[in-house]
Amino acid sequence: MAIARDDNATFTDYAHPGRLVSTEWLAGQLKEGFVGTPNLVLLESDEDVLLYDTGHIPGAVKIDWHADLNDQVTRDYVNGDRFAQVLGERGIGRGTTVVIYGDKSNWWAAYALWVFTLFGHEDVRLLNGGRAKWVAEGREMTRDVPTQTVVHYPVVQRDDSTIRAFKDDTLAHIGQPMVDVRSPGEFSGELLHMPDYPQEGAMRGGHIPGARSVPWARAANEDGTFKSRADLEAIYLTEQGLTPSDDVVAYCRIGERSSHTWFVLTHLLGFDKVRNYDGSWTEWGNAVRVPIEVGAP
Amino acid sequence: MTADQATAPLPAVLEEIAQDFVALSARDRLTLLLDFSDGLPELPERLSGHAELLERVEECQTPLFLLVEVEDAVPPQSGTVHLYFQAPPEAPTTRGFAGILHEGLDGLRVNEVLAVPDDAPYRFGLAEAVSPLRLRGMVAMLSRIKRQVRLKSAH
Repeated sequence: MAIARDDNATFTDYAHPGRLVSTEWLAGQLKEGFVGTPNLVLLESDEDVLLYDTGHIPGAVKIDWHADLNDQVTRDYVNGDRFAQVLGERGIGRGTTVVIYGDKSNWWAAYALWVFTLFGHEDVRLLNGGRAKWVAEGREMTRDVPTQTVVHYPVVQRDDSTIRAFKDDTLAHIGQPMVDVRSPGEFSGELLHMPDYPQEGAMRGGHIPGARSVPWARAANEDGTFKSRADLEAIYLTEQGLTPSDDVVAYCRIGERSSHTWFVLTHLLGFDKVRNYDGSWTEWGNAVRVPIEVGAP
Repeated sequence: MTADQATAPLPAVLEEIAQDFVALSARDRLTLLLDFSDGLPELPERLSGHAELLERVEECQTPLFLLVEVEDAVPPQSGTVHLYFQAPPEAPTTRGFAGILHEGLDGLRVNEVLAVPDDAPYRFGLAEAVSPLRLRGMVAMLSRIKRQVRLKSAH
């Protein structure tokens, strides 16, 4: 049974307000003892694989983007069998409401939410502001790891056709709306990698021809929460000229920051068709003879 | 890396740490790594607030700064090496790597640190626990430590 949505007034303007929960709402669910039940499971998804272990929101279960959601041999996401195992072990059934939060303004939480969506998990939400906001508010953290009762999760075929773009799809998409969410230096080609992440570099710098530069962080407030709908529309609609009926491809370096933008366009602004190109620059910038554009936006 | 390096022994303390890790399950290795993260010594007062004295390890996904000091000795190769690290609590994996290297290498002599094989970070069974991608940060830390030791012991 799905849990009622957070009717927080700051969410009502968004296209799909039920995709967000506030820290207040989560604290209330915790107090009522609803977290960690078949109805509601809380997941932490971080870049740092140990961050959860240093302390997390009570009742939260860890999910690791690399170890749990990526195939360990092929560069791809896990298959339906493995996904069913990962979720079942965390006490998640097909009808469970899943709330995800994490570090880095919810990059990795949005990435996990996007992967859950590939498998059609219906009710998956983000904690607005993520881990940092919860901590900043002085709310309870614990090192106690909850014991989960393993539940059955069905084996579901992953659907790569709707919200995921591959290299060939992206190549065919050139000339249509495309959003590059990396830093300006990566977009222009001055930097072959994101500042602080040199090991995930590429042979060539620059961007996919015609892509617009809208760094992901522009969608976030200082405290990691999402900007208001009006502010987001000012960026993506007014400034960038996108419209919600556009067919949009978003990319970054490995698809994690663009998951954040995918979430913004799809769930906050109500775009119909946004695909995340998860191969992103680590594929494009290493591929032979694909077109590349360099220079500032 | 030469074939010799691949089989070169680790210094005694580092070898003990490696054996402790390898004896554990992947999940327990993470717990032990967290202990090293928690136990990473703070910068001494004379260094805290002096980030310019420390070298940034660019290869780490989160900011890590390190400083190597080598005590004067004759011959220089026998000087004692001291290691200092700074990394934020939001980066426990990076702190854990630093903690292992601190416990395993601090107080060794120059020649002992320089003899540490470059593949040492792969001997803790951590690739399975944290993913090979993330281990590259520890490889970079070790190579930067050795480079600073080399520079600071060359008289």
